[in-house]
Amino acid sequence: MKSRSLTFRNGKIAWGLLSPMLLILFIVGVLPFIYVLYLGFCQWNVFAQVSKIKWVWGANYRRLVFDSDFLSALGRGIKFTLWTVSIEMVLGFLLAQLFMKPFRGKNFFRAIYSLPLTVAPIAIGATWRLMTIPGFGIIPYLFSKLGFDYNIAYKANQAFFSTVALDVWHWTPFVTLTLLAGLTALPKEPFEQAQIDGASNWQMLWYITLPLLYPVLTTTLFIRIMDALRIVDEVWMLTGGGPGTATRYVGIHIWREVFPKTDYGYGAAMSTLVLYFTIVLSWLLFTIITYREERKE
Amino acid sequence: MKWFLKIGWVYLILILVSIIFLFPIYWTFAISAKTRIELFSEPRLLQTTFYKENYIRPLGNPTYRGYLWNSFLISTGNTILVIFVALLSSYALSRFEFSGKNSIFFWTITNRMAPPAAFLLPLYLLYTRIIRIDGWKLFDTRIGLILVYCVFNLPFTIWLLKGIVDSVPKEIDESAMVDGASLFRVIFSIVLPLAAPGVAVSAMLCWIFAWNEYLFASCLTSANARTITTGLAEFVTVVGTNWGEMAAVAIVAMLPSLLLLGLVQRYIITGLTFGAIKE
Repeated sequence: MKSRSLTFRNGKIAWGLLSPMLLILFIVGVLPFIYVLYLGFCQWNVFAQVSKIKWVWGANYRRLVFDSDFLSALGRGIKFTLWTVSIEMVLGFLLAQLFMKPFRGKNFFRAIYSLPLTVAPIAIGATWRLMTIPGFGIIPYLFSKLGFDYNIAYKANQAFFSTVALDVWHWTPFVTLTLLAGLTALPKEPFEQAQIDGASNWQMLWYITLPLLYPVLTTTLFIRIMDALRIVDEVWMLTGGGPGTATRYVGIHIWREVFPKTDYGYGAAMSTLVLYFTIVLSWLLFTIITYREERKE
Repeated sequence: MKWFLKIGWVYLILILVSIIFLFPIYWTFAISAKTRIELFSEPRLLQTTFYKENYIRPLGNPTYRGYLWNSFLISTGNTILVIFVALLSSYALSRFEFSGKNSIFFWTITNRMAPPAAFLLPLYLLYTRIIRIDGWKLFDTRIGLILVYCVFNLPFTIWLLKGIVDSVPKEIDESAMVDGASLFRVIFSIVLPLAAPGVAVSAMLCWIFAWNEYLFASCLTSANARTITTGLAEFVTVVGTNWGEMAAVAIVAMLPSLLLLGLVQRYIITGLTFGAIKE
């Protein structure tokens, strides 16, 4: 018995078991990260006569601050995120509450609700495109019956809200199921006690459910914000970023604009800035969450 | 009426929402069954005929069959690699006491949180210019994609498997060790069989996520290692899209996840929240 407890205390063996994972994540995670940080300070034009990497300090970033295309793509991404995430959180919460009711066939409905989460995002984009094509799509057809002209190929606002609708369709089930997991794990006693004390449903929701659900709510919110900011596949299939640049969110902007261009240094600077933006945002969210939890203690 | 007020309205809402979730997929299927002439006539909800040509043409096309084959090989290869590596890591995290254990958790998660778009350029450059051995490079190879997909599949699998390995009683592998079994033997012939159901579900989730990926596949391949998701995206860029065939390919791309849905649905949230929220 002595030998095994020694084995489990041996940190070297533990790191040995972890090493394949560390190696793979180093190659595809850390290495690109360091590389993109480095390139952001360089000028590298591959089609120049002499293609070589030149250290230029912050020149790329100076250019970036005045790049209105990039900044407006970032702004559009934030606007999209605000719309989708707030709708999804509200709808998701209501649906999760519904799922807490005792009824039969819960697993069946849960399976249907997890359907959008398992299907390839690019295929979801394709299905939505097939619904919105003027001519045979069902949505333009229904709108025309009502006397509206729906055409996301040239109406910017409609295109924007179609991508919002798609995202809400795609990710509301995620919010529902995470909040449902949180709700099921809540302790029963506070609710029973509150019921005895004659609290109304609203009071229980506001003073018991929401505070207790706080960690799950913030985690869900955090993951949704991160994912909504970087959306590419579905929107690309639905609108292709158009009309014009109406639905060209920041992920699409990098993918279509920076990536194919040969100005790698500038592209790297833009990638780094988006990365930095995401890190700051997640740090901010984490701080808010932990602050709240510390105060509770 | 009493029944409706009590629970009936819940069913009513659930069914309506279910229809909203199912409809786009049904609509795609309906379009995939339509001929060109049917497509541009008045939209109908019920599709009674089935135009197989939409499926036969892309699936008979060697290019598309290659895409499917690549997708299959890449997803399967990635799953095997991820499960193997994650099993070792999760065993280490579950059983061993060592300093730095918690930082590993945050580190793996940061790998998942990074926006893929920001990694396209450095990965592309690494794959085409930096990592090359005698002219061989990772760009446009299946191995390249198998490795990249570890970025998002490894973190969540490790945290899913850790929970599963935790539930295997420590005493079992301790007694095996006393009998002289090596560490690898303990992991693969004692812990793995006991954790098999959980491992199987994690493997399915990995497989689905790898199959579904598009962005990296579109940038890190050019011809040889293209996957079915890039094949689907190619439909829109070509002038004069054949919508029926596109719908058929979309259905084919969705098929694996639709088939595995019932099995993975219980774990999908743990997978998507990389273990932060468990069901």
